Amino acid sequence: MSQRQVLQVFEQYQKARTQFVQMVAELATRPQNIETLQNAGVMSLLRPLLLDVVPTIQQTAALALGRLANYNGDLAEAVVKGDILPQLVYSLAEQNRFYKKAAAFVLRAVGKHSPQLAQAIVDCGALDTLVICLEDFDPGVKEAAAWALGYIARHNAELSQAVVDAGAVPLLVLCIQEPEIALKRIAASALSDISKHSPELAQTVVDVGAIAHLAQMILNPDSKLKRQVLSALSQIAKHSVDLAEMVVEAEIFPVVLTCLKDKDDYVKKNASTLIREIAKHTPELSQLIVNTGGVAAVTDCIGSCKGNIRLPGIMMLGYVAAHSENLAMAVIVSKAVPQLSVCLSEEPEDHIKAAAAWALGQIGRHTPEHARAVAVTNTLPVLLSLYMSTESSEDLQTKSKKAIKSILQKCTYLPALEPFLYDAPPNILKHVVGQFSKVLPYDSKARRLFVTSGGLKKVQEIKAGPGSLLQEYINSINSCYPEEIVRYYSPGYSDALLQRVDSYQPLAN
Amino acid sequence: MATLARLQARSTFLVHQYYFRNSAVDVFRKKEYDAAVKIQSWFRGCQIRAYLRYLHRVATVIQKCWRGYLGRQHYQLIVKLEFCTMKMNLYNAMAVRIQKRWRGYRIRKYCFNYFYLKEYLKAVSETNDAIRYCYQGFAILDELCDHTAWRLKRKNTTLFPVYSMLNTSSHQMCGFSMPGNLRHQEALEEFAEMKEREEKKADLEREEKKRDYQARKMHYLLSTKQIPGIYNSPFRKDPDPWELRLQKAKPLISQRPKVKQKRDVNISNQLACTSARSLPQSEILPPIDRKQCQGPFRDITEVLEQRYKPLEPTLWMAEPINELKMAREELRKQEWMRNINDNMFLPFSSYHKNKKYIPLMHSSSKYGPNSYGSQHFRDENPKKWICDKDFQTVLPSFDLFSKYGKLYSKAGQII
Repeated sequence: MSQRQVLQVFEQYQKARTQFVQMVAELATRPQNIETLQNAGVMSLLRPLLLDVVPTIQQTAALALGRLANYNGDLAEAVVKGDILPQLVYSLAEQNRFYKKAAAFVLRAVGKHSPQLAQAIVDCGALDTLVICLEDFDPGVKEAAAWALGYIARHNAELSQAVVDAGAVPLLVLCIQEPEIALKRIAASALSDISKHSPELAQTVVDVGAIAHLAQMILNPDSKLKRQVLSALSQIAKHSVDLAEMVVEAEIFPVVLTCLKDKDDYVKKNASTLIREIAKHTPELSQLIVNTGGVAAVTDCIGSCKGNIRLPGIMMLGYVAAHSENLAMAVIVSKAVPQLSVCLSEEPEDHIKAAAAWALGQIGRHTPEHARAVAVTNTLPVLLSLYMSTESSEDLQTKSKKAIKSILQKCTYLPALEPFLYDAPPNILKHVVGQFSKVLPYDSKARRLFVTSGGLKKVQEIKAGPGSLLQEYINSINSCYPEEIVRYYSPGYSDALLQRVDSYQPLAN
Repeated sequence: MATLARLQARSTFLVHQYYFRNSAVDVFRKKEYDAAVKIQSWFRGCQIRAYLRYLHRVATVIQKCWRGYLGRQHYQLIVKLEFCTMKMNLYNAMAVRIQKRWRGYRIRKYCFNYFYLKEYLKAVSETNDAIRYCYQGFAILDELCDHTAWRLKRKNTTLFPVYSMLNTSSHQMCGFSMPGNLRHQEALEEFAEMKEREEKKADLEREEKKRDYQARKMHYLLSTKQIPGIYNSPFRKDPDPWELRLQKAKPLISQRPKVKQKRDVNISNQLACTSARSLPQSEILPPIDRKQCQGPFRDITEVLEQRYKPLEPTLWMAEPINELKMAREELRKQEWMRNINDNMFLPFSSYHKNKKYIPLMHSSSKYGPNSYGSQHFRDENPKKWICDKDFQTVLPSFDLFSKYGKLYSKAGQII
């Protein structure tokens, strides 16, 4: 009898522990409970339960800890300070798959908040055990381990290097080839986080042969997977010309252009980021993209979305046009300029407007033909208003000023220049008048138009310091016209005439 | 003597005369001398002048000839030089003509080929149109890429070497290559449309399946010979389409819907008995304003609780009865899997053969721990035992209080 009673005490205790841990795990799924749990001191209670005899209690305790640490950084720090990590890491190597999943979940939850916490995880030797978990048979364990590694590698280059040194990259590439979609997603996202910090890390990822597998997965219909794959490829391609060429050699064009038409906005954004990172390195790569029709695809993509999703596409157009004037002409031919001017006027955010202004400046700065193509769409007044408005940020103002200056220096399309005579500030007016002085001496129709539209009158009204460049331009304009017309339009001419009438003595008969 | 006296008388006169005549003559002498000198000098001068004239004439002749000779020589040199210059100018002019033509040709053909640029831009816009509004599939995109690569290679062989040779200052034309310009090309637009069509089709199929399932569930609403069903109203001309669907549908065999696998490993999922029959949270709502049935019926919530009470096995039940044995077996299996050699590690027998075992002082003294109280708790009489094996605990323990407060009936409970 007494034996049974003694054993019953133990049973009850065990039941109580199980129930406690299950309830805590369930409560921790709701964020509003977590504050209360933390105040009740749940960490110190959960910690000995991790070392419990019964495996299910251990697993549930690990799960509860993971959910708590996931919620915010303070709880994660409490997990680290409570010396829980070494125990987790030790038992990670030995337990069954449910425990491994729960422990990897805890590591991920702790590692995601800040680099210091991730460093603490690395310091207690978790990386090796996580890499061992990557070799496990169960795909859930692999996914949890890959997720944890990805979150650790996300913070900075040293942590990424530590993950790479632990030998995670070949295993991640193997994980990408597994049939489970969720595992592929997580592995692609982990590779993306590793390779984003430095060219050497990206080279390490490339050396394992990741690009070929990633390129194959662009065709996969799952949109979240496509997001991660495109993000990984763009992080690889952004570092150097060689890496970008290797990504291009994997024959992603023109397949990537289909991703620009995907329904998911982030797939579009990541695809245009990838194309931008490739286009910005050299003119040859930009030319490749233009030849496969990438500019048209990106222009349509810009037209179909709004906000920050458009930004990489706009920058891509700017980079392509910046390399050479033929590429800029190709961009113009693909009808990108009206789209960019729509972006410039529609978008509420300043940084997107600044990017659109920069792109337009790059397109229009090469030759008079290019400047004409930009000026015809009536974007110059918009740029001027952005430059003059006090609400624009400094970045927007500088970019629109540079764009206006570079376009104006080549613009010979006079109908677009005329409005500038009226509203431009003096530093821009100088360039406008300079352009007029270059065109008018050689074109008689333009001279006539200039007079009839009132431009000559406005030029006469401009006050310029003697000997300044502006005065020289004004003089060269005036020298294109006969003196009477110049005098007719000069200010105060009617007064001068009236004075002459006053002082005129009629001849006595 | 008279003469002498005369002379002496005249001497002074003579002296005076002499002196006077001399001085008179002296006056003239100078004059005459000057005149003579003048005449002589004039004559001499004429003479010399004539001579000089002669000399001049002669020298002029000599110089004239010499200068003529020199001049002719000089003139020939000049003529030669002029001739050479004229030839060089002619050559230069011809060379300028040739270079003019060649430079224009080179710039127009290699450095800035306007027509090639125009063609290139046209090809780019055609590719763009193809990409935007194309026809089929996706496989053609690959073909397009191949074609572009082929065209690149073809153009490369003719253009790139020339470019590298001749392109000195302008870096404007970087590797020109014609984009692929196929007839039947893949369009992104078509691809997107295709995707939409697929999705619509999938949606329609889903709708169809749902309706089919509903029809199967409602098969009893089919109209019979006696009573027309609700979808077959006698006031309608034709029966409702649902009626036709019901006629086609097979009656549904009630199946339990499959429980979806949750991502998180929840402990209750591992015990299958607890997951499916736990108290339904929000599906069955308690009836509102229900008249209390007559009779000693319990509260509906209590009844439901009891009905849907999850299984709460004691841990003694939850773990299998021979867990210790199974754990030992598992450990043995794992060791068997891991070990390379199955033989137990035998000690070096020769090492310890002659050694006598010296037990610990603690265990060999008679003042060690008493076994009563830890090893055995009561008197044992081994002679009375039936067999020497101990009882194996097969039956579960009698748990009196594990169901305390959980029974449905209140009989036997201590209040």
